[in-house]
Amino acid sequence: MFGPRLVPDDTTIPFMNGRFAGLIVSAVLSISSLILAFYPGLNLGIDFRGGVAIQAHMKDPVDFTKLRPALEALHLGPVELQEFGSPYDVEIRLQRQPGGDSAQQEAVSKVRTTLERNFADTTLQSVEAVGATVSGELFQNGLMALGVAMLAMLGYIWFRFEWQFGVAATATLVLDVTKIVGVYGLTQFEFNVTSIVAILTIMGYSINDKVVVYDRVRENLRLYRRMPLRELIDRSINETLCRTIATSGTVFLAILPLAIMSASTLREFAIVLLVGIVIGTSSSIFIAAPILLLLGEGRLRRPSPAGAAEQGAGGSAH
Amino acid sequence: MFYSRWQIVAIGLACLVGVMLALPNVVGQNVLRFLPFERQIHLGLDLKGGSYLLLEVDTEAAERERLENVVDGVRRALRTANILYVDLRIEGGAVRFKVRDPARVDDARAALQPIVGNAAAPEYQITSSEGGELALAPTEAVARERANDAVTRSIEIVRRRIDETGVNEPEISRQGTDRIAVELPGVQDPDRLKRLLGTTAKLSFHLLSLETPAPGAPAPPGTEYLPGTADAGHGGGRYLVERLVEVDGSHLTDAQAGTNSQNGEWVVNFTFDSVGGREFGAVTQKNVGRSLAIVLDNRVISAPVIREPILGGRGQISGRFTAAGANDLAILLRGGALPAPLKIIEERTVGPNLGADAIRTGIYACAIGGAFVVAFMIFFYHLFGVFASLGLVINLSMLMGLLSLLQASLTLPGIVGILLTVGMSVDANVLINERIREEARKGRGPVSAIQTGFSKAMSTIIDANLTTLLKMMILFMLGSGPVKGFAVTISLGIMTSMFTAIVVVRLFIALWLRRARPKALLA
Repeated sequence: MFGPRLVPDDTTIPFMNGRFAGLIVSAVLSISSLILAFYPGLNLGIDFRGGVAIQAHMKDPVDFTKLRPALEALHLGPVELQEFGSPYDVEIRLQRQPGGDSAQQEAVSKVRTTLERNFADTTLQSVEAVGATVSGELFQNGLMALGVAMLAMLGYIWFRFEWQFGVAATATLVLDVTKIVGVYGLTQFEFNVTSIVAILTIMGYSINDKVVVYDRVRENLRLYRRMPLRELIDRSINETLCRTIATSGTVFLAILPLAIMSASTLREFAIVLLVGIVIGTSSSIFIAAPILLLLGEGRLRRPSPAGAAEQGAGGSAH
Repeated sequence: MFYSRWQIVAIGLACLVGVMLALPNVVGQNVLRFLPFERQIHLGLDLKGGSYLLLEVDTEAAERERLENVVDGVRRALRTANILYVDLRIEGGAVRFKVRDPARVDDARAALQPIVGNAAAPEYQITSSEGGELALAPTEAVARERANDAVTRSIEIVRRRIDETGVNEPEISRQGTDRIAVELPGVQDPDRLKRLLGTTAKLSFHLLSLETPAPGAPAPPGTEYLPGTADAGHGGGRYLVERLVEVDGSHLTDAQAGTNSQNGEWVVNFTFDSVGGREFGAVTQKNVGRSLAIVLDNRVISAPVIREPILGGRGQISGRFTAAGANDLAILLRGGALPAPLKIIEERTVGPNLGADAIRTGIYACAIGGAFVVAFMIFFYHLFGVFASLGLVINLSMLMGLLSLLQASLTLPGIVGILLTVGMSVDANVLINERIREEARKGRGPVSAIQTGFSKAMSTIIDANLTTLLKMMILFMLGSGPVKGFAVTISLGIMTSMFTAIVVVRLFIALWLRRARPKALLA
């Protein structure tokens, strides 16, 4: 009825032996991520930086020696040119134009006219022009979304489990998110609104994974009232290990084709998600569980098994 | 694990409806006609190609203009009441002035009563500060109401102008308090629309002043210098016009581009309503021989000499237009003036190829990703994997069906959302299958193992999915455009995958149990 096992039954890996190693490695990675976020820094997209980004497709291979002077003659500040995808495609980026939101629009019009005049049959694949007001708001909203999501997770898990679970999960999320930011610093992928979506998605995935392990810990707390917490957490992780690997594996497999096949924007999104899945899955075992152990040792309540059935269905352990 | 007949029918129906709703997306045009549902998934601009503009209504400018009229009213009222004042000005959203004789502050208040409005619902409030300084500002409610009204009317006019240009299915919606989001599918070069939307189009007719002040001298009282429109070829030229509005453009009922029969030049022919026609007739009758300036947004389009009274309520604007220029001006005049200037604060335009590529790779990626997942599930969970895979197919068609039904936009991130749904839907099944297996290993019989497996996995599934749903709601509230699309896709995906895992797959297993009556689940 069932196929081969991903993880042999009755696996008992003493994960909690590595609890300090896990926390230390994670802390080091997160700190280096934060450093990466400042040196070399994030490659902020125009969503957050403001300015103009135009992707143009030309009939002939892009002649940078001709294109650059033509655009620089418009006096729109530094012009960044980058080939992307094929020699016929070029991305033109301008920094935020001084003079308010409508200045960005004027810059777009100028570039458009110049391209039409000097490079026949050029099609603009995409144009984005964002003024200071909007970019500021997008950034603020992005940070707010992350913050609110974090608080909501803390609240939900606190409500459904106990505070130790909530704090451990949220602390882990913070570590996860910093690492993702580090990925953006390292790869120099564009950091924009889509990146915030990627981070939120990974947070969602990661918390999902933690909930599964925590759920088992909660259940085992009722079943084995005298088992030391360390052993109990190890047991819970091992019991859910097969599921953890199966789920991460399938989600990874589902997204993998996108990371390989798609064009730049979607590809970066997919690659970050793939890395995020690995981060989110490993952090359940090596970070969220050790923190829970540190916080919960001798403190977590252990209701009698009699009440377990009712509480298992009813919700909060309080 | 017992399902009554009507339960089975209900679940089957729900799945069937989901599949039917999804069908229009995969069949050809000729089959589409025969389907009960015809709605297809609504593609976001980033997939369909088109232009997104975010406009901001400059309500402050509209308010400033209104206050300028109030200044005139205040001046008249104080003069009639014989109250001496200094320093009459607009500052910080209020009309301010200083009464010379502080003892007469109350008289001034009384004199301004007609402007303030009735006591029950005053339009303005007067605040006085030391030294006889008075400030007249709209009450908060009135200010809010006006700003709101300006945005509502702007949306209406934006819609009219866009409709006139023939863009298909534009979407115009309000964003926040003072913003308007405009989605223009299929528009590759929004420059013309940006120009049309960025023009306030306030038209008025003024007489040119007869005075000829010395060069460099300020404009005499009651007159002002206005520049000529650049595209009319007067580059840099300016006109001395009388401030008094002879006829206001709001009296126009129609405007059409046409050519002048004598010189073949492009012109805009306009028609006044009865009031405008009368006013226009009166002005032209009294001022034959003088020049009448046609002013659009404080720029003089042209100032033709009045040769004879124009009494029919019809007129013509000439101004060395191009055909397109005349056409656009006619559109602007027909649509009416915006109550406040509009600023374009964000533009995003996507060409059609980019979106088509994304959809193609998206479909391939989903197909390959889905195939991986199915292979994985069947390899590790055999028959239960087959059930899960069937559930996955139903889940995806229900998701597509719901997206079509709700006409929620599918965006680029939304494609990733669908892939994640594939993953999540599997997660629920993995949780259940693992649990069933575990219970079976503990020595439970098949029915009992399956039953316990489902009920124990349930709380985990609900917890795990609710946290994600919570997060997506936050994303939906805070996000814009493509991000909203992502949140919607995932949220719907969570619901359909929970439904398929907990209800549909469970039914499959129950039906199989009933039929196969397995002795044991584990070999």
